[in-house]
Amino acid sequence: MLGLIVARLKTTLPSIIGVIVVTFLLTRVLPGDTAAYFAGPAATPQAIAEIRSKLGLDQPLPVQFVAYVGALVKGDLGTSLTTGQAVTKDLAARLPASAELTLFGLLISMAIALPLGVLAAVRQGSWIDHLCRIVATAGVSLPVFFTGLLLVYVFYFILGWAPAPLGRLDAFATEPPRISGFLLIDSVIARDPETFRAALSQILLPALTLAIFSLAPITRMTRASMLAVLGADFVRTARASGLSSRTVIGTYAFRNAMLPVVTTLGMVFSFLLGANVLVEKVFAWPGVGSYAVEALIASDYAPIQGFVLTMAILYVILNLAIDILYGVIDPRVRLEG
Amino acid sequence: MTAKPLLDIKNLTVEFATRRGTVQAVKSIDIGVGKGETVAIVGESGSGKSVTSYAVVRILDRAGRVAEGSIGFSGIDLVGASEAQMRDLRGREISMIFQNPRAALNPIRKVGKQIEDVLLQHVQATRATARAKAIEALEKVRIARPEERYDAYPFELSGGMCQRIVIALALACQPQLLIADEPTTGLDVTTQKAVMDLIVELTRERGMSTILITHDLGLAAAYSDKVVVMEKGRVVETAAAAEIFCNPQHPYTRRLMQATPRVGMALRDLLPEAAAKPPAVPRILAAAGNAAAPLLRVENLVKEYPRPATGSLLAKLIGKAEPENPAFRAVDGISFEVRRGETLGLVGESGCGKSTTSMMVNRLLDPTSGRIVFDGQDIGAIPAKQFALTPLRRRIQMVFQDPTDSLNPRFTAERAILDPILRMGSLKGRDALRARCEELATLVGLPIELIDRFPHQLSGGQKARVGIARAIALEPDLVILDEPTAALDVSVQAVVLNLLEELKQRLRMSYIFVSHDLNVVRLLCDRVIVMRTGEIVEQGTAEEVLGAPQAEYTRELLTAIPHPPL
Repeated sequence: MLGLIVARLKTTLPSIIGVIVVTFLLTRVLPGDTAAYFAGPAATPQAIAEIRSKLGLDQPLPVQFVAYVGALVKGDLGTSLTTGQAVTKDLAARLPASAELTLFGLLISMAIALPLGVLAAVRQGSWIDHLCRIVATAGVSLPVFFTGLLLVYVFYFILGWAPAPLGRLDAFATEPPRISGFLLIDSVIARDPETFRAALSQILLPALTLAIFSLAPITRMTRASMLAVLGADFVRTARASGLSSRTVIGTYAFRNAMLPVVTTLGMVFSFLLGANVLVEKVFAWPGVGSYAVEALIASDYAPIQGFVLTMAILYVILNLAIDILYGVIDPRVRLEG
Repeated sequence: MTAKPLLDIKNLTVEFATRRGTVQAVKSIDIGVGKGETVAIVGESGSGKSVTSYAVVRILDRAGRVAEGSIGFSGIDLVGASEAQMRDLRGREISMIFQNPRAALNPIRKVGKQIEDVLLQHVQATRATARAKAIEALEKVRIARPEERYDAYPFELSGGMCQRIVIALALACQPQLLIADEPTTGLDVTTQKAVMDLIVELTRERGMSTILITHDLGLAAAYSDKVVVMEKGRVVETAAAAEIFCNPQHPYTRRLMQATPRVGMALRDLLPEAAAKPPAVPRILAAAGNAAAPLLRVENLVKEYPRPATGSLLAKLIGKAEPENPAFRAVDGISFEVRRGETLGLVGESGCGKSTTSMMVNRLLDPTSGRIVFDGQDIGAIPAKQFALTPLRRRIQMVFQDPTDSLNPRFTAERAILDPILRMGSLKGRDALRARCEELATLVGLPIELIDRFPHQLSGGQKARVGIARAIALEPDLVILDEPTAALDVSVQAVVLNLLEELKQRLRMSYIFVSHDLNVVRLLCDRVIVMRTGEIVEQGTAEEVLGAPQAEYTRELLTAIPHPPL
């Protein structure tokens, strides 16, 4: 297994290098002048030139690249000009927020989508199958900012059940000591039910928004994959040997149907992690998505490069985790390692 | 027969709801199976034989339902029984064995666990005794080292071994009735014999009744007491096994009998009497071409595959696989010739290297060493990837095993037939191509109005014709036929085999006929090569090899074929 992981990691090195080169070049090619942006609209050309040389932007591209890679090797992603903080520090603060939101959203989504997809496949053509289709279509056709706003409007504005959509914790709660960076987990570790409840009430609506959006691919994939497996010969054998429908569907069909679902899960997760800017904006969530977009608007190179690189590495780790999971589910994959 | 049969199917009609309305798959049939009796249900595809068995066990898919009739099983009405009652009966009282054993087992669950599931379900074992009982079940089906096999996954076992597991699964709870649905289709003849003998022995031992569903008359004759012949959802004849073959009553039974290749028949005898037989073409004796140089000469052909590294995990980690691990020789230094106008049969069981050999001769695979001389040129030296670009490609063509899988589902029959011409031929212009396609279709007996259809709109036999028309489109000198009739019903097979023989004569082609069916090889081939583990065991004329085999292995193969008593 260890050998498999090492071998897999080796194959991802070229893509990481590619990501470094491409993001570096792309940020340089993008229109917008960092120096001019930071000097402000009233700055003299002289002041702009001064800032430019201070940032090293007057150097030729290869020199800039070498400097960037040199810093990168030391674990330095540069400094954000907007926040004035080291990019690593910014990301370390914001990534857990995004990850917690995405994971929680995905958990809610799985809790609904997997049973719904399985039931829809088992009772094909019944009302639950139609419900599955409606939920999936509606979920994917409503833009996340709209569902987000709708949820805020109903649960905060009209019903008053949810707290104001203002970040991860309301102003009165204190943040638990940071261990995992996930407020829900940290507050449990700190045995602080008050904070846990506060964090949960804050995360519920944005997570639900994400869940509604990601329901569609997971439900559809579960349904399709279950249908294929239920038609397989070995399910017929299981039926013909009189196994209970629970065993047939759970042990025989579902585990086999999980393989494509796991792949979809991985894709949905990595997509959501970087792309839920809209949800982060609606709920004032201090995540990496909004951080990257702000940096992009400001032509702030360092955070963008740091963000893309982090995402690429996360993606690699995620894919590795999925590959390992595949091996756990399917003995045939283990052999090929 | 006893007064009251164990299984009593009366006036059974099964309907399927399809897009084009209800279709009756089984039409008011009566079948009785007595205690300890083995009944064979014989018929071609679409005859409703599998549907009947699914109706008995009530595992019809959602579109199907029993429209009429009753199924009684030792006093229980199976049509009216509740689902819970049925679940109790399945596996414990009535078991099934399926075609394609590897697919019939859960691919990601240990086989031992799968047997345990059944034992636990029917309270034949407790959690504590399940493992021991499962191993015992494996022992009963003669699986060597059952403790080890308990932990195996289906993909780690051979087809015959998987079928034994399925049998173990079916017999684990000592049922009274076993339904075997094409239990040996796709298995080698010797494996088939072993599996069938095992089924018969185990069921006799326990006084079980068996329903054997098969398309193979020989198999039905050899292993059953009573034969039920089905055609298009109806039972056309029911008689004792010994009787039905000597004295078939129904015309369909007679037709089926006639189409089954047997010893002492000529190829044209397979065709129904009513059909206008083509005038007998005298076989061009292979001797006629003897003087000339052979069309194809294969010398010391070897194909090696590297064996997967078997070293320890640590060794793999460091990247040190045992270098002394010898490569696996799929084809181990074989030599043979194909003369002009000759059909050479390549016979052997799965894994013997016959397909690898045909792939190398067809230049789809590069040999490790050896020479393949085609019409004086060493084509083995041309890499397989470049062979398609040489003018020789059009002279060697192939007909593939599965007529459905070997056609592009998005090509019409016309496009499929013309494909080689469009890629390699010189013919240009829509009208000329269309005319050529119609000519080819006529040649292979494909009605011209069908050539605009897509594969899914054609029957198995029609698809086989498209595949053959495609292979002969460029008028090749050598056609390699890889089990071209294995997926076809016997009556269709009879027609296709005759067509192949006729085409060979007319177009002066040579064939390499790859097959595991010795009866078919006997009919079609001039000379035969018997292969085993990559080597040639025996070669000679068809009469010599199959009539008076010299090698022990050939004799073994021949005796394993079930024969109808004729």
